[in-house]
Amino acid sequence: MPRPAKGARLGGGPAHERLLLSGLATALFEHGRITTTEAKARRLRPVAEKLITKAKRGDLHARRQVLTVVRDKSVVHTLFEEIGPRYANRPGGYTRITKIGNRKGDNAPMAVIELVEALTVAQTAVGEAEAATKRSVKEQEAKKAEETKVEETEAPAAEAAEEAPEAAETEKDA
Amino acid sequence: MAVPKRKMSRSNTRHRRSQWKAVAPNLVTCESCRQPKLAHIACPTCGTYNRRQVLEV
Repeated sequence: MPRPAKGARLGGGPAHERLLLSGLATALFEHGRITTTEAKARRLRPVAEKLITKAKRGDLHARRQVLTVVRDKSVVHTLFEEIGPRYANRPGGYTRITKIGNRKGDNAPMAVIELVEALTVAQTAVGEAEAATKRSVKEQEAKKAEETKVEETEAPAAEAAEEAPEAAETEKDA
Repeated sequence: MAVPKRKMSRSNTRHRRSQWKAVAPNLVTCESCRQPKLAHIACPTCGTYNRRQVLEV
């Protein structure tokens, strides 16, 4: 179930937050990197990444959904034609947030949020290898767990089978 | 309106004020320029974080 964001909305209300985030997302896709407060960057990251995932899908439905957030058609065009294909082999994590210290006027913590580079061939190979080892470890563990479970459950299973009809009978009586 | 009933003694005032202290910032040396900088924050002198250029200097 989706959990609402913790803490107060950005800006004056929910509508203001939506507008702020859509403006920030538009600027991020237009310029590739933007400097903003850390709170806004942290709130923007999931919004922007979901938009990029839609851009990777690339169909008309996805484009219309993105257009409800990013109203600028030329930005949506670059998002679908350049940014989406660039991350075709990257499984999420399209943005990077770097803290850059506090702003002078009001001491607000600032951050740079940017679109990360496309994966190189070597990086994809490493990622796939890691995923494969993770999968094999998981499978082996699952196998082991199954074997031990079978041994453990054989005895109680027999007992449970005896108990089950009795329980059914009592339910009928009630 | 709620108002103080008694004058606060100098002792109590000074005790309260003595608890208000500055904390030294936790500095580390920058990997690329060897200058002191705040931890987990891009270096303000050379603009790098994890040897990656983040800011123009």
